[in-house]
Amino acid sequence: MGKGSEIKLIGTPPSPYVNRVQIVLNLKSIDYEFVEENLACKSELLLTSNPVYKKVPVLIHANNPPIPESLIIIEYLDEIYSDVHPILPSGPLARADNRFWANYMDTKFFPLFEELRKTPGKEGKKAIMKQIIEGSQLLEEAFVKFSDGKPYFGGDDVGYLDVVLGCFLGWTKFVEKHNEFKIFDEARTPKLLEWTNRIWSHEALKDVIPESETLMNFYMILMKYRP
Amino acid sequence: MFKKSVNKGMEKVKLFATWSSPFVKRIIWALKLKNIEHEIIYEDLANKSPELLKYNPIHKKVPVLVHNEIPICESLVILEYIDETWKDAPRPLLPKDPLDKANQRFWAKFSDDQVLPSFYGYIMKQGNEKEEAKETTLAHLKRVEQLLSEKKFLSGESVGFLDLVFGWLAENSRPLEVVTGLKLFDEDSFPNLCAWRDKFLEVPAIKESWPDQETLIAKYQEINLSKGK
Repeated sequence: MGKGSEIKLIGTPPSPYVNRVQIVLNLKSIDYEFVEENLACKSELLLTSNPVYKKVPVLIHANNPPIPESLIIIEYLDEIYSDVHPILPSGPLARADNRFWANYMDTKFFPLFEELRKTPGKEGKKAIMKQIIEGSQLLEEAFVKFSDGKPYFGGDDVGYLDVVLGCFLGWTKFVEKHNEFKIFDEARTPKLLEWTNRIWSHEALKDVIPESETLMNFYMILMKYRP
Repeated sequence: MFKKSVNKGMEKVKLFATWSSPFVKRIIWALKLKNIEHEIIYEDLANKSPELLKYNPIHKKVPVLVHNEIPICESLVILEYIDETWKDAPRPLLPKDPLDKANQRFWAKFSDDQVLPSFYGYIMKQGNEKEEAKETTLAHLKRVEQLLSEKKFLSGESVGFLDLVFGWLAENSRPLEVVTGLKLFDEDSFPNLCAWRDKFLEVPAIKESWPDQETLIAKYQEINLSKGK
């Protein structure tokens, strides 16, 4: 807690994967230095810190070798700052369940958003929106199971899956508006909809998730450089 | 504190598997290294059992570990579950140090997201795509070669998590070479990788699991992989 800038986070504000790490740092009250990266012109620091993927986020803790990959960073932070606001539960089965759903979100659910952006034509986009909606219903079931009547995936307070999914809410709102459809709605995903409103205003997230304007600018850059 | 019994008929462990899945084998090796009694149920993926579909409704894939009727899916998740549940029996798969752990998790993801797809791409694709896949795989293998410098195993002094994750490479490279004639790495360019492969395959838990090298060659020949040349 407040170990100065012993922690450096290399990232860009619109990246939900970077936001994830920021949220965890906030939850654990860890001071850190945010090193903003220009993805159009990557710094020497980023290229040497993540030579394999050259991506953000990357965490550098004191003089230790850098750690890339948001989920790996989160588990690392949870292990070294284990006494403040644990992110993952302690039991092996609960941990496995959490890790399974984070994997589902990162390998099945979120890639649909990039696919939606890249797919031309109404019919194509409609098919992907259908898949996103199906995914959201799986997430609704998962939320009901994990929360067990409490406000968050983590129970009484924000936990691993709240962070892993919550970091995307800026983008889900943006995509809903841009494509004129509802990902989370009262009829299909009532509990998750309530959760999105709750977590949107949580202390640890509200100053981290970017405004729509920032996301719109980033979206335009993506459309230009990665059509 | 009570001593957790490693399977004295109290804990039931089942593994849904196929002989060919690189993701399944790593679980079998982990169970053997930890001396965990288990039952293996081999699936026909063209005709999945109702049990598999019940235990893994989202992905409908193997491996699925079922521990006392509770399913755990996704091989890397399963490996960490095994390590956390059967903690020191006989020793941990992952290191204790959080930084070392993070490092192993990073390279585990690299195996599955990068090396494995490009390796099998090289085996299965044709023409230009084959050439590209070959170049990509060689670049990836150079990184793995570097990981092994001054180390006996990927996990350090003894076989561990990262070796199990990359084990598919040790196990399948020679049989696939024999069947398809495609040789990706040799002793001159990849001395560490070749030495690691030999050491890994000699570890008793690895050596004693089915299918062995000869059986793999026979099975790959059966499915006529040689036409991937």
